[in-house]
Amino acid sequence: MAKRIDLKDVDIYYGAFHAVQSVNLTVAPRSVTAFIGPSGCGKSTVLRTLNRMHEEIPGARVDGQILLDGENIYDRSADAVAVRRTIGMVFQMPNPFPTMSIRDNVVAGLRLQGVKDKKKLDEVAEASLRGANLWNEVKDRLDKPGGGISGGQQQRLCIARAIAVQPDVLLMDEPCSALDPISTLAIEDLIADLKKEYTIVIVTHNMQQAARVSDQTGFFNLEATGKPGHLVEIDDTEKIFSNPTEQATEDYISGRFG
Amino acid sequence: MWASSRRGESVFRGLTTGSGVLVVASIALIGLFLLIQAIPSLLANQANFFTSTEFSTGDPDNLRFGILDLLVVTLKTSILALVIAMPIALGVALFLTQYAPKRVARPFAYVIDLLAAVPSIVYGLWGILVLAPVILPVNQWLVDNLGWFPLFSQGNLPVGVRGTIFTGGVILAVMILPIITAVAREVFAQTPRFHIEAAKALGATRWEVITMAVLPYGRSGYIAGSMLGLGRALGETIAILLVISASTGMQTLSLFDGGYTFASLIASAASEFSQPLPTGAYISAGLVLFVLTFVVNALARVVAGGKVNG
Repeated sequence: MAKRIDLKDVDIYYGAFHAVQSVNLTVAPRSVTAFIGPSGCGKSTVLRTLNRMHEEIPGARVDGQILLDGENIYDRSADAVAVRRTIGMVFQMPNPFPTMSIRDNVVAGLRLQGVKDKKKLDEVAEASLRGANLWNEVKDRLDKPGGGISGGQQQRLCIARAIAVQPDVLLMDEPCSALDPISTLAIEDLIADLKKEYTIVIVTHNMQQAARVSDQTGFFNLEATGKPGHLVEIDDTEKIFSNPTEQATEDYISGRFG
Repeated sequence: MWASSRRGESVFRGLTTGSGVLVVASIALIGLFLLIQAIPSLLANQANFFTSTEFSTGDPDNLRFGILDLLVVTLKTSILALVIAMPIALGVALFLTQYAPKRVARPFAYVIDLLAAVPSIVYGLWGILVLAPVILPVNQWLVDNLGWFPLFSQGNLPVGVRGTIFTGGVILAVMILPIITAVAREVFAQTPRFHIEAAKALGATRWEVITMAVLPYGRSGYIAGSMLGLGRALGETIAILLVISASTGMQTLSLFDGGYTFASLIASAASEFSQPLPTGAYISAGLVLFVLTFVVNALARVVAGGKVNG
């Protein structure tokens, strides 16, 4: 439950292309860390290395260490599939399994872990849907397909699916960018609740969102197209948005970027 | 200048509409042709067209023909082909889209597609000269050991005759494999990336990604592809004519019977199409086959047109 993350000298490559350069940062348990920065700066790439989704792209590789409570998830003996079972991820596009029922969607991860007891699955489904603030909206249609609810509901369903396995870390890759403002607000409220139990890392293009939901903000940038992205600075969210150390951060958050 | 471009537009529209209408019209006309040619013979038929197992057209004044045996043989060969080809095609399509690296997948898929380019006469020759002798011991083993099961009982052919429905079904399976594989490969490859990522992010293994994301998405396409394969198997003529031995015995449930399918019977009689009434008997059989394949293809469309995802 709610583990601490440490990145030590992390370099990320796609084949010969050096995508992200020497990232060092720490995420405390039960906190929200936001990654911001312009497109192509590598913030989503860094997020995807945290559950080893990044290596699904042929030629992708990571140097350095990513430690989860001190254990390197890139250790030779660590299996990517096993790593992903303890780290939840929510994507930009809500992606429930369209033909699975709402209930089956929520417990899909649990089923993968071999849980078969129907009573236990039903309990977890309800608890997770309540945890994702979705229970009251779907409790009467748990057997309907997951693709049949609104986009905002689908995204909360995906969050329910991610927290059903009680992950050590919850990763969110621009979770609100496909949602309307009301749904966005619902997700942001949910993030504030989830923080009590989970370590959360969120990538967002929306700086107001980063300011609203996160405790810590990391700003990524790249010097030019084709150059690797890098972490400019990471600090308390309040400090980043009021008095950042680096001029580049100041320029970006005040809109003087580029 | 404006006028000329509009004229180009209307010419083009006329051409495309015309091509579309032409295709639909030819199918309708073929159906109509079969019906018109069949009706006089059907009226002169002394036997029941649907339940008789006879097919005797030697005497135009005493036509006796029915399609029951033809239907049974056609269905036995085609369904056997489907039962063999469907799992193999599924395996190949999943291998090509989910497991094989790109540089292996492409040439491999090309080879599978080449199977469709082999002329059916070659399949027929290979089937009777190469495959049938190889399969004979299998036939015999099944009859000896599982003969109590109706499908595997000794058929209406003498022991040792090579060209059985079983052999024909195996040949058909090879022939319809490419179409089923091609369609299945196409739909599996189109599984949305975000469904696959959803499964992977939950810690799904490759096989679990397939069962959670790929198969639910591609199932209807795979079934539609199989239906297209079935349509092809139902109508296959020359390979079946070469492979399956004629038999005067009764059709049973056995896969080791001989006999004729709709298509192979018609082809075998082609040299005798001189008098209109006997010819019409074969045309009636052709009409049934036409309707049968039409229905199967229509079913395939319905399945494929159904909602693939929610």
